[in-house]
Amino acid sequence: MIKPLLARLQQKHRTIRFPKSAPKLPDRFCGKPVIDQAKCSIDCTVCLDLCPTAALKKENNVLTIDLGRCLFCAQCAQNCPAGAIKFSRDYRLAARTKADLVLSEHEMKLAEALDKKMKSLFGRSLKLRQVSAGGCNACEADTNVLSTVVFDLGRFGIQFVASPRHADGLLITGPVPENMLLALKKTYDAVPDPKIVIAVGACAISGGIYENHPQVRKGADKIMPVDLYIPGCPPHPLTILDGLLRLLGRIK
Amino acid sequence: MQDILSVSAYNGKAIDLQEIPQVSITQFRTTIIDAVESGCRIASLFAMFSKADKRQLYVVLASDDEDKLYILSAEVNDSYPSITVDCPQAHLFEREIAEQWAIKPVGHPWLKPVRFHQPYRDVPDIWGRGENEEILPSVMEFYHSDGEEIHEVAVGPVHAGIIEPGHFRFQCHGEDVLNLEISLGFQHRGIEQSLIGGPNKKTLHYMETLAGDTTVGHSTAYCQILESLAGCSISHYAQTVRGIALELERLANHAGDLGALAGDVGFLPTASFCGRIRGDFLNMTALICGNRFGRGLIRPGGVGFELNSEISEQLCARLRQEEKDLAVAVNLLWNTPSVMARFEKTGTISAELCGQLGLVGVVARACGIECDTRLNFPLGMFQFAHIPVSTWHTGDVFARAYVRWLEIQKSIAFILDQIKLCPQGKVKTDIASMGPNKFCVSLVEGWRGEICHIGITDSDGVLCHYKITDPSFHNWSGLAIALRDEQISDFPLCNKSFNLSYCGHDL
Repeated sequence: MIKPLLARLQQKHRTIRFPKSAPKLPDRFCGKPVIDQAKCSIDCTVCLDLCPTAALKKENNVLTIDLGRCLFCAQCAQNCPAGAIKFSRDYRLAARTKADLVLSEHEMKLAEALDKKMKSLFGRSLKLRQVSAGGCNACEADTNVLSTVVFDLGRFGIQFVASPRHADGLLITGPVPENMLLALKKTYDAVPDPKIVIAVGACAISGGIYENHPQVRKGADKIMPVDLYIPGCPPHPLTILDGLLRLLGRIK
Repeated sequence: MQDILSVSAYNGKAIDLQEIPQVSITQFRTTIIDAVESGCRIASLFAMFSKADKRQLYVVLASDDEDKLYILSAEVNDSYPSITVDCPQAHLFEREIAEQWAIKPVGHPWLKPVRFHQPYRDVPDIWGRGENEEILPSVMEFYHSDGEEIHEVAVGPVHAGIIEPGHFRFQCHGEDVLNLEISLGFQHRGIEQSLIGGPNKKTLHYMETLAGDTTVGHSTAYCQILESLAGCSISHYAQTVRGIALELERLANHAGDLGALAGDVGFLPTASFCGRIRGDFLNMTALICGNRFGRGLIRPGGVGFELNSEISEQLCARLRQEEKDLAVAVNLLWNTPSVMARFEKTGTISAELCGQLGLVGVVARACGIECDTRLNFPLGMFQFAHIPVSTWHTGDVFARAYVRWLEIQKSIAFILDQIKLCPQGKVKTDIASMGPNKFCVSLVEGWRGEICHIGITDSDGVLCHYKITDPSFHNWSGLAIALRDEQISDFPLCNKSFNLSYCGHDL
């Protein structure tokens, strides 16, 4: 009995003070991309050619980046001859609509809270059922880590539950393979109304690298309405937590 | 047999397709059976279709005793006598070949689909399903037992935790499991097919996400193929960084697994300590490349990021601290009788069965078998710096946990050594285009076990076939066997002690 207690003392208190303060992310972390349109030259297509998921587009001489497709591989930033694209260390990336994920400048419209009725239902207690539908286990791992002592998801009233019948919503990862379609639909139907759906990672938002594969359904919102998009490949745990807390109106 | 297997190959060394011995299907079959009987493993077995509708079977046999790889090929028609009948470890490979190319291994004792998709060529599949018939995953004949007190338990594809999907079917008598059958394929995304004609700008990202928790392992295996097919070598410095990254990946996953095993027997102190420590290891990888899973770190020709002195110092300091924290957290397990009572003699696999099934990695080493790609087929950093192989002899959950702990200690020592000895050198070398009509095997000891990639180029020097064998592909049948005569309530514990990849299997 004494050994676990001594071990507990040795291991110290480890829970971060988020959202009051956030831990320092590594210098090489790639967060929200920032585009300097003035530097981007009209006929250059270096970044467009390099992007593995066609996240970058140039229309009417304005370069945009779709975070719902972006893998944050930073190939565009590393190879831009004019240095027009940079990845900041800003981990806040979650949005309520897909349109809000398309960036052309510095500012991004981050996720707003649920409406009053939904917030009163879920604001202090949100039970989620996670479904991996073709996820590679990276989004899953960084979602799972939220339940460790470091993030202590339970203190926000958020919890992952074992049955869709006990859940208020789904958190979906992966591009939704054909072979997971039926299981995903059944799980969705089993969640009682009203419910919310959260898509985590490039695959779940757009199909990501698997978008054009006949074996997949290009993400969750092709199957069901999605209330929150959390981009990344995979998103950092803080990005996921920030998104969840914004949805519940706990961060504004 | 010795004549046929006279041409041995090396890990990461491209050979001309012509050099591969061509034999008749009968000889192919008997050579594999004899070789496995005398101690070889099937590292990979697959079919390739050429444009001229010529179909070819290839096998890569690994001899852990001789540290040699043997490659053999045979032309095949629409059917051939099954190898599995006389060599069980071929069973899933033959099912895969049957499903992908509608080539029937006649006499296969449990010829069932693997990933539930249409065949890759325009012919009816071997199960007689129509061309437009919808193929639903896990819709197949399962083994079942009959009897008044027999009952069946079906679990999944959606499981109770944050975990990938798969279907498990138990035949039970009371609490006792008579048989467990595992049916996967829910994660099938068609990765291997999309690699043909490459490499292109998407290829590396497929490698990084085919099993996201093994990003470094799989992207290293792939880069070794490209470098070898192009005849390029990378700097000693880049090899060092790759070695460090591979061991960091092992540390994060082993630490996480030990925590999860503790959680599955309800021992929460170690579960919560290791949950945190696992994240700290992931953060060390992020220190090097910005991403917790090593995305962007392994690049053809070297690595994507420099390991500068500032990062090296931080890495050393953090590793030394985690080593202490982890020792305290993990040693609690061995000192707690209620934990050991659940770990010991649960989910036991004998060394003999392990050999028959061709199991790899932690699972095999926990049966006392000394197989470790880093030792048997070293490439990159592991040619110069050796990590002693960790084994335990009991083959149970305890052994699989304990081998992980032994490996953790050795990996930490390895990384600290490598940082100290890290030479200066080129981060990344430009690599040339790949040679035509080549064949290359690349093996990496990922944290689960042996990762095997095989790349084949056509006459234009582009990939005309790419075969990926995640260690999970070998080991899923080990889990099914481990559950025999166990209590069904021990399934989560046994499952966690294997911790296999669903997406790495389903591809």
